[in-house]
Amino acid sequence: MTDVTPYVVLSAILFSIGCVGVLTRRNAIVVFMCVELMLNACNLALVAFAKQHGNLDGQIAAFFVMVVAAAEVVVGLAIIMTIFRTRRSASVDDASLLKY
Amino acid sequence: MYSLSEAAHQVPVIDPSAADGTFSLLWLVIGLPLIGAAVLLLGGRATDRWGHWLGTLASVGSFVVSVLLFVELRGREEAERSVTQHLWDWIAVGDLEVGLDLLYDPLSALFLLLITGVGSLIHVYSIGYMEHDPRRRRFFAYLNLFVAAMLMLVLAENYVGLFLGWEGVGLASYLLIGFWQHKHSAAAAAKKAFVINRVGDIGMALAIALLFTTFGTTSFSAISEVSGAAEEDTLTAVGLLLLLAACGKSAQVPLQAWLLDAMEGPTPVSALIHAATMVTAGVYLVVRSNFIFELAPHAQTVVVVVATVTLLWGAVIGCAKDDIKKALAGSTMSQIGYMMLGAGLGVAGYAFAIFHLITHGFFKANMFLGAGSVMHGMNDDVDMRRYGALRHAMPVTFLTFAMGYLAIIGFPGFSGFWSKDKIIETALAENWVVGVLALLGAGITGFYMTRLMLLTFLTSKRWKDDVHPHESPAVMTVPLIVLAALSVLGGVLLLGDWIVEWLAPVVGEAPHHEPPLPIIVITLLTVAVVAVGVAAAWFLVGRREVPLTPPQDVSFATRAARADVYGDAINDVLVVRPGAATVRGITAGDRTLVDGLFTGGSSGVKAVGNVLRRLQNGFVRSYALSVLGGVLLVVLALLAVNLA
Repeated sequence: MTDVTPYVVLSAILFSIGCVGVLTRRNAIVVFMCVELMLNACNLALVAFAKQHGNLDGQIAAFFVMVVAAAEVVVGLAIIMTIFRTRRSASVDDASLLKY
Repeated sequence: MYSLSEAAHQVPVIDPSAADGTFSLLWLVIGLPLIGAAVLLLGGRATDRWGHWLGTLASVGSFVVSVLLFVELRGREEAERSVTQHLWDWIAVGDLEVGLDLLYDPLSALFLLLITGVGSLIHVYSIGYMEHDPRRRRFFAYLNLFVAAMLMLVLAENYVGLFLGWEGVGLASYLLIGFWQHKHSAAAAAKKAFVINRVGDIGMALAIALLFTTFGTTSFSAISEVSGAAEEDTLTAVGLLLLLAACGKSAQVPLQAWLLDAMEGPTPVSALIHAATMVTAGVYLVVRSNFIFELAPHAQTVVVVVATVTLLWGAVIGCAKDDIKKALAGSTMSQIGYMMLGAGLGVAGYAFAIFHLITHGFFKANMFLGAGSVMHGMNDDVDMRRYGALRHAMPVTFLTFAMGYLAIIGFPGFSGFWSKDKIIETALAENWVVGVLALLGAGITGFYMTRLMLLTFLTSKRWKDDVHPHESPAVMTVPLIVLAALSVLGGVLLLGDWIVEWLAPVVGEAPHHEPPLPIIVITLLTVAVVAVGVAAAWFLVGRREVPLTPPQDVSFATRAARADVYGDAINDVLVVRPGAATVRGITAGDRTLVDGLFTGGSSGVKAVGNVLRRLQNGFVRSYALSVLGGVLLVVLALLAVNLA
């Protein structure tokens, strides 16, 4: 039985960094990278727990997350590109037209 | 208070046999005018060219059938003179079974002849009178509808069928009074007639309901058999409700106010409403319901009181009107009052009420059509103060009108003399107060009719230079001549008490009742009172210069009469204003209370929404924060559950 505590702690640290980044940064690209960081923190936790339990379920889930993240990146970057073209800015705070 | 004769009379039972032979044509009497109306209304402009001929033909055809039926009925034994025709089952709900049945008996036979006969003459007259009206075809369609509805009313064998005709008459009168609906006054008059008639119809509907709950049927023949078994209070209630209905249709006080305004319709309509249809319906209803009224003496007393008030009320109105049609309308109210009085006097008066109804149908149609002929020649002016000396310009109209005049005042030998005299006689025999008031009414009748006659045809010429009075075409004068002849000769119906014996199977035979004075004295007295009225008119109107505008410094009585004895004012104070106030109150309540609740609730929701929508601020990061907060909450909740 491998001790997974360091991996889980690392995962938690990475997730928190990503979370803070999403909440505090304005640049859409950076926010996006932070989201990726959170996803990968989750991947790390999944793989670590899979190792602990000795089956492959968690690793398969990690693959799913990667595939979905890749697809999300394609759509997300395309949106960010379009926003940048029309507004000459990639700040998420500037894109606030859809409100009350 | 009044001591009318005791209600110990045997109520005659209606026991009809099924229609066969000629009587199977009975439905045609209603059918012909109904088909005429349907063709003219549905055919539209395609029937414009010959529509008036078709309408007249339908009415005349109905008259021919009525005559055939009458001849056939006269040939029968007295006990067999009651025929019923079942057309189809109409309403069958639970215990309520109403067939569309027709009843042909001596009473409806007379009505059939009057309605179709006088109606046909009015149709013929209208061909000339309405010649230049672009909507003449529609006018004839409504006339046919009116006649058909009235025939349904008098031929129905049960109260529901009668109600059908009753409402049909109301509808047709509404359409015809408001025929010139481009005039605001005509549209308002039609609405007024309709609304006031609705008040009476409430009485009718309640009476039918009460009859059904009491007897389990609405058929005349069935009720006439069992009405004696009912409690007197119930019968009194039915009688009063029927009287309310009759007041509406027959323009009796307190529902009289529509009749004078109804003059807004074309003149043939006034003739039709006043002579052959509509206002006679109330009298018919009371006479037909004799099996109720005979057993409800209190209701009869109320009928007599209402009738006496109306006959004086109408007569007073007639005295001060300068509009020739309104003067005649006042006189109709008064004469219908006489009929109602006859009907209210019970078995002694039913036949005379119907007799007066028929003679009145002749002479009132005659005079209304005569008035129409005068208006035709005077550019539709109705103000008698601008008439005068028309006897030279319109000799035929003058002579025929004079026949009607002599008939209505009761000049000895003319039809009105016989019929009115009989009612006064009966009234005196039953109760001298009512009799004396009826006698007084006859005197006032003599006054206002003489005044009308003097202002219109005699005295000096007062019309303007651009008016060229002329005699009307033959299509209008021939009906006048026929009606004038009938006005003179209508009294023959009383020869050998024919009408009394003819109606006896329906209304019963009166026990002999000795009047307080010998009959010849009463007759002479009536003639004397009428002569006083005529003389008064001669001295007050005929011998003086007639001013073109009505003088203003007049007595209270004249002012009251000009204002229809304050009929409208009374309605205004008693009904219209309280009604309007109630409506205003309800509207205010609706606005403040009900609307307040709803608008208050909705504005509360709106205010909350206004606060909550601030959450949608457009900043992605704040949304992300709320997502995070939500996740944390879920995690905490899970932890709390797991640890607990």
